[in-house]
Amino acid sequence: MVLDRELVEALLDKARRLGAADADVIAVEGTTFSTRVRLGQIDRLEQARERRLGFRAIIDQRTAVSSTADLSPESLNQLVAETCTRAALMAPDPHAGLPPPGTGVTAIPDLDLWDGAYGDPPAEEKVELARVAEAAALAYDPRISNSEGAEFDQGQSDIVYADTNGVFGNYRSSSFSLSVVAIAGRGDAMQRDYWYSAKRKFRLLDPPDVIGKVAAQRAVARLGARKMPTQDAPVVFDPQMAARLVSAVATAASGYSLYKNASYLGGALGQVIASPLVTIIDDGTIPMGLGSKPFDGEGLPTRRTVLVEKGTLTSYLLDTYSAKKLGLSPTGNAARGVGDPPSVSPTNCYLMAGTSSPREIIGSVRSGLYVTQLIGFGVNTVTGDYSQGAAGLWIENGELAFPVEEITIAGNLKHIFRDIEMVGSDLEFRSRISAPTVKVASMTIAGT
Amino acid sequence: MTADDLETVMARALARRIDYADLYFEYEVSEGVSLEEGLVKTASRDITQGVGVRALAGDRTGFAYANDISIPQIEIAAQTARSIAADAGGAGDVLPQRVGGPSRDLYPVDHSVLDAPLPARIDLLQEIDRLARAYDPRIQHVMAGISCESKVVLVVTSDGRMVGDVRPLARLNVTCIAQEGGNRQVGSFGGGGRVGFDFFFDQDRWRRFTREAARRAIVNLSARPAPAGTMTVVLGSGWPGILLHEAVGHGLEADFNRKRVSAFSDLLGQRVASELCTIVDDGTIPWRRGSLNVDDEGTPTGRTVLIENGILKGYLQDRLNARLMKMPLTGNGRRESFAHAPMPRMTNTFMLAGHSTPDEIIASVPYGLYAVAFGGGQVDITSGKFVFSASEAYLIEQGRVTHPVKGATLIGNGPDVLKRVSMVGNDLELDAGVGTCGKDGQSVPVGVGLPTIRIDGLTVGGTQG
Repeated sequence: MVLDRELVEALLDKARRLGAADADVIAVEGTTFSTRVRLGQIDRLEQARERRLGFRAIIDQRTAVSSTADLSPESLNQLVAETCTRAALMAPDPHAGLPPPGTGVTAIPDLDLWDGAYGDPPAEEKVELARVAEAAALAYDPRISNSEGAEFDQGQSDIVYADTNGVFGNYRSSSFSLSVVAIAGRGDAMQRDYWYSAKRKFRLLDPPDVIGKVAAQRAVARLGARKMPTQDAPVVFDPQMAARLVSAVATAASGYSLYKNASYLGGALGQVIASPLVTIIDDGTIPMGLGSKPFDGEGLPTRRTVLVEKGTLTSYLLDTYSAKKLGLSPTGNAARGVGDPPSVSPTNCYLMAGTSSPREIIGSVRSGLYVTQLIGFGVNTVTGDYSQGAAGLWIENGELAFPVEEITIAGNLKHIFRDIEMVGSDLEFRSRISAPTVKVASMTIAGT
Repeated sequence: MTADDLETVMARALARRIDYADLYFEYEVSEGVSLEEGLVKTASRDITQGVGVRALAGDRTGFAYANDISIPQIEIAAQTARSIAADAGGAGDVLPQRVGGPSRDLYPVDHSVLDAPLPARIDLLQEIDRLARAYDPRIQHVMAGISCESKVVLVVTSDGRMVGDVRPLARLNVTCIAQEGGNRQVGSFGGGGRVGFDFFFDQDRWRRFTREAARRAIVNLSARPAPAGTMTVVLGSGWPGILLHEAVGHGLEADFNRKRVSAFSDLLGQRVASELCTIVDDGTIPWRRGSLNVDDEGTPTGRTVLIENGILKGYLQDRLNARLMKMPLTGNGRRESFAHAPMPRMTNTFMLAGHSTPDEIIASVPYGLYAVAFGGGQVDITSGKFVFSASEAYLIEQGRVTHPVKGATLIGNGPDVLKRVSMVGNDLELDAGVGTCGKDGQSVPVGVGLPTIRIDGLTVGGTQG
């Protein structure tokens, strides 16, 4: 463990003596390993160890935060003193402060986030996984011409949180991922795509040959893509792309966007914001979940929150500060960089599965777009305006007919969510934000 | 820790057969202070230190880092880095000889922003809040922030160089939200560079940044939905140079070309743009956000001509790729921090001025889009498709700029779009200093620039078909 309880308590005591009735400490120690294999050879091998400590002081409702990688006692004492001095220069804010005493996490639930059984796999085994994954991509189809390689990444971290209300929590977590980037075609008709698997447990990663094969399939499927005429048409989002719609809602539902009146969901609590097919959950307590944690960035227990229930906005995502500003209760969604004040972030956030199979959804479209790639930053969660670069496959008479690219899809999140007319049964928790296949009745597709 | 210690570690790092190794030490202090709701509610300060150890053998990279800078930690890291070299051939035992620092200083700063007392920074933010609100009663929310850092780096290499650099970086950002009835719009502006606190007061910059953010938010209140379809697009000067960054810059980074995964692979010497286009990457412009005395491998930065009169002339190189491609170094080996391995990256990328006036260019367009400000951009370097999102744009009708439009995303194909550049303005301008480029999970500060240009036929993704 990076810091023992005694040292943390000593730092908080020192803060109290300097006038900080409220203070907290967050410390992270992590190790990472990463390797990339390209064209069968090791391209890069990387290994690291890092630890940091963050400290927040709140004196007379004035806040300052600091972080350092120098964990020597002298340096930490200086950090505490300097942060308390700086806090005095800030404007007093009646909403500043720790969560109320007695609300912090007490018993740490075991969410099974650490691969204790596996420990540290030998490097050769990880390199071999990447090699097999890339080889499967290269062998899949003669049109796979090149590779950006296969990458195996592993991380492990210890997190400690403690505050002057007596909260002390720590947990350990691990993560493993394997990904392949395949290139299909040659010259000016080259396409790339990728596939991956990410898990808390090494043994639960998808088989490497499957990851390579899917990456290759996706890249090959994009060969020969063309532009389409500008038109309004139905748009089917594959699960990866649908997850980005969920992510936009999570951003707009963040307490910070709301109290600044910087969200298209402002004032919409209790109102219908989506089709009745849409239920969105944020749940930080899913065992082995990639976004799971036993407590959030200010020591509050995480929980399951229904953000949208059958189309109605039922909750925001809140930390203590934004909840106070809005007159609500925190939802355990405080996110925290070691050196930053809390902010809000989803944990595991997902659109609940519907009843339609992806085949039925595609089958329902006479002429429309199946999106497999979105690029750009054209999602404005203040206004809801949405305009993204896209690529994918054109659907004709209920079948995936040919690849398309260099088009954009546009609309407004308010209408996009109300126009969701089918939700797939294919929800899989592949990353922190997840969704099944989703069909939007109509969007503007810009092309030639 | 002494220079002799470093020589010893380097000698051990080279104990197995590798082509090259380097140590990268970093110490950084950064501070952030921000205002919202008229209050400076919190300030942050971070101290970061660490060392990255890299060994190259053939086309392999071994890399390790730790944030305790101690001889035992460096040795552990060096051991990891050299494990890559197990069976590769290479040069062998070279010991570092001490060489001096960079021979120039592109960013001499008398007083870094970090030296400016915190109360002075707080006062400036409060002035900004007042000025933005005074701009128009419809400005309802103002968010402003000053971030600054001072980074000290030292690169020690197996070919005998030891180069240090002290790098200031500062930035001021202003965001305004304007509201009129149920209509709410955002406007942002900001700038900075490798500059001191005075920069924000020179030429009244902070007032200009603030008014510009407020003006954009107000303009967007009256914006109509953007058109959809392929049309003539005029890009304004300055920050719209992000087009070059996305459409060609990334595609000309040497790693993608060595691996032949870029849409520009194997096109050296060929026509990739209209002859009106000359595009350079220049890391030597004083005070600029993308500038560096030396890159993160200790190579002095330079000015690299990427495209000259439409012909592809060069790539952006780091040490690994330059050696494997047998091409000269260009000073473009950059890394986010000690915790990241270097890669070829852009510095300040811009197009040289042409001969048309901006007015002539607008007047030449019967119907099209005039885009003057952008949010972010992104590119798929293999297919060459790039997008960028306009945050301030207008319709051009009959050679005149008419009403503002919102929600326009531009999409194009890198190797194709610069061939459609039909007019280049005489008004080259560099951006105000806010660019951050992401690649492979690493963010580095960059600059862009552009004169006003006309592009014939770019797809505009709006909602009005």
